[in-house]
Amino acid sequence: MSAALATFRGNMRTVRGAMPSWAWGAVLIALAILYPYITDNINLPILGGHDDLLDASIQTLGYIIMALGLNIVVGMAGLLDLGYVAFYAIGAFVIGWLGSQQFPDINNSKGIHFLVQSKSAISHQPIPGIHINFFFVIFIAAAFTAIWGIILGAPTLRLRGDYLAIVTLAFGEIVPRIFENSQSGFFGIGSIDFSNGRQGITPIDKINFPWTTDTFKYPLELKPAYWVALGMVFFTIFINRRLRDSRLGRAWIAVREDEVAAAAMGVNLVRTKLMAYAIGAAFGGFAGVFLGTYNNTVNVDQFEFGFSVFILCMVIIGGMGNISGVILGAIFLSLVNRDLLPQLNTYPEKIGLNFDVTSINFGIFGFLLLVMMVLRPEGFLPSTRRKLELHESELEDEVVAGGAMEPQLYEVRHE
Amino acid sequence: MSDSNGALLEASNVSKVFGGLVAVNDVNFSVPERGIVSLIGPNGAGKTTFFNCMTGLYRPTTGKVIFDGRDITAKRPDLVTKAGVARTFQNIKLFRTMTALENVQVGMHSRMKARVTGMVLHTPFVKREEKASIEKGRELLNFVGLKRHGELAMNLPYGDQRRLEIARALASDPKLLLLDEPTAGMNPQESEELRQLMEKLRTERALSILLIEHDMKVVMNVSDYITVLDHGEKIAEGNPQQVREHPRVIEAYLGSQA
Repeated sequence: MSAALATFRGNMRTVRGAMPSWAWGAVLIALAILYPYITDNINLPILGGHDDLLDASIQTLGYIIMALGLNIVVGMAGLLDLGYVAFYAIGAFVIGWLGSQQFPDINNSKGIHFLVQSKSAISHQPIPGIHINFFFVIFIAAAFTAIWGIILGAPTLRLRGDYLAIVTLAFGEIVPRIFENSQSGFFGIGSIDFSNGRQGITPIDKINFPWTTDTFKYPLELKPAYWVALGMVFFTIFINRRLRDSRLGRAWIAVREDEVAAAAMGVNLVRTKLMAYAIGAAFGGFAGVFLGTYNNTVNVDQFEFGFSVFILCMVIIGGMGNISGVILGAIFLSLVNRDLLPQLNTYPEKIGLNFDVTSINFGIFGFLLLVMMVLRPEGFLPSTRRKLELHESELEDEVVAGGAMEPQLYEVRHE
Repeated sequence: MSDSNGALLEASNVSKVFGGLVAVNDVNFSVPERGIVSLIGPNGAGKTTFFNCMTGLYRPTTGKVIFDGRDITAKRPDLVTKAGVARTFQNIKLFRTMTALENVQVGMHSRMKARVTGMVLHTPFVKREEKASIEKGRELLNFVGLKRHGELAMNLPYGDQRRLEIARALASDPKLLLLDEPTAGMNPQESEELRQLMEKLRTERALSILLIEHDMKVVMNVSDYITVLDHGEKIAEGNPQQVREHPRVIEAYLGSQA
């Protein structure tokens, strides 16, 4: 088994060595851009029809952004966050507020419009409510969720491990509940309806480019929405990479490795951790806006605890701290969620059982996570660091064994 | 030394109490500019606790710490580092999965000015700063005699890890370097190399050094001035000769029968 694996790895290395890494990057980017045309020609029954597959892919792109955002908090800074869905919710509600008819009375029912179609195509009357161009809302929402990331992160700064997990979990529950109950005033202040309660805000404005008022036509025409989402993913990857290789990225890793030493070396713990929360949260909001308009609804039912776990599983199964690993994890789990689970669902019926597999899908995710933790705790594509952390004891043995060959003047100490 | 003129670090009446345990009791202490001062004492004498009070990891129960004319009592550790006090740890605390060079770069954190927007946009300033940090890191690693710059900290031999800790501490451009048992676990040859390194730090980098050490050979050779702690109290101070002959020091180390 391990011999076969070694051969496979060797082959992979040869394939990878055939082109320089920037060329591989270019190939991947080109494939990602041309993907909608590729799906046009795929007809696998398990993956569903063309549009079905592309639709799922677009959702997955949204999840990838969130997984990359959570990766900053969990993978790089090492802060376990079980309430990431809160930021998805906040971002989605921002587009709900700034891109729908949720506030009909504003500006004497004439509405506020910014780089969007301002008059109804049929009645030629101004459309009520706030309508701001999608490409501005994503950044407004990112900034807004970043602030909320700091507000929710601040009380947790002194917590570690389990305690951190519990508090963030609570925040992930609190935020959607607040939205759910903000039907007359926020926290009961005022009387404006912020969320439509359980009905949620719908419809949401479609995306349009700032230079035209023609909106995208999803769900009928999916390709433009795909490319917008893909552009957002590239933007996220770009920022992730830049931050990873910066002073801040090093500080995150230092904090994860040893808080006391990091502080003693001049790293401001509070600032560094809050940065991780803020930037991680910003991507949650970023993706939330897109998924809000793409799904045409912002509804508290979307923001369940299970979703936080879903995103966290992507980060862990894919490989904490590693950007490509996290992307792979997001794609894999989305596939499992969409294809494997419904497939599994047909089996109980075949053997005469009346059992709904989809109702235990988080049990299945948990099981996957467990299998992963036993077999490959560092994930599919781990960052080198994480792998080292998790296999340190084994590695040290190798180092010692190797070290015995060369004359060593000092005793190697293990802690 | 009672005169505070020329003192870089001045700790007055520092005490630290953990519950009912008085770990450090009313200690007065100072480090002169470009001096090497040692803090010795039997195990559990409160040396490291005193160190932690100096560097902001603990908040002293009473007392004051003045560094370079500024009050750094109970300041956050990163601010103390920024003020110019760097330290190493008794039990090595490197960032184990970072390379030696990256470890040193983290040490420069408080001296670097890149902001998030700059990091994302890769402004010329950030690029230059990043490049300069790498150059400076390599220079520091060479200075302490560490050749494997790209090696992960956890894979370095023990002596090199100690060296790396010193390089990392130096990266923050300190005026005062606090070394907590730097020769622990080293053989005599390595201890001697470290002693030479300390001399070099003083002469070439104009650093003051505060040293906690058990290796008396190193302490007696390198120190200008020695303070002895026992049960949290200062029992003696003076130059190496005076301390060596001090009756209470002999008692603390060897017992009253000796």
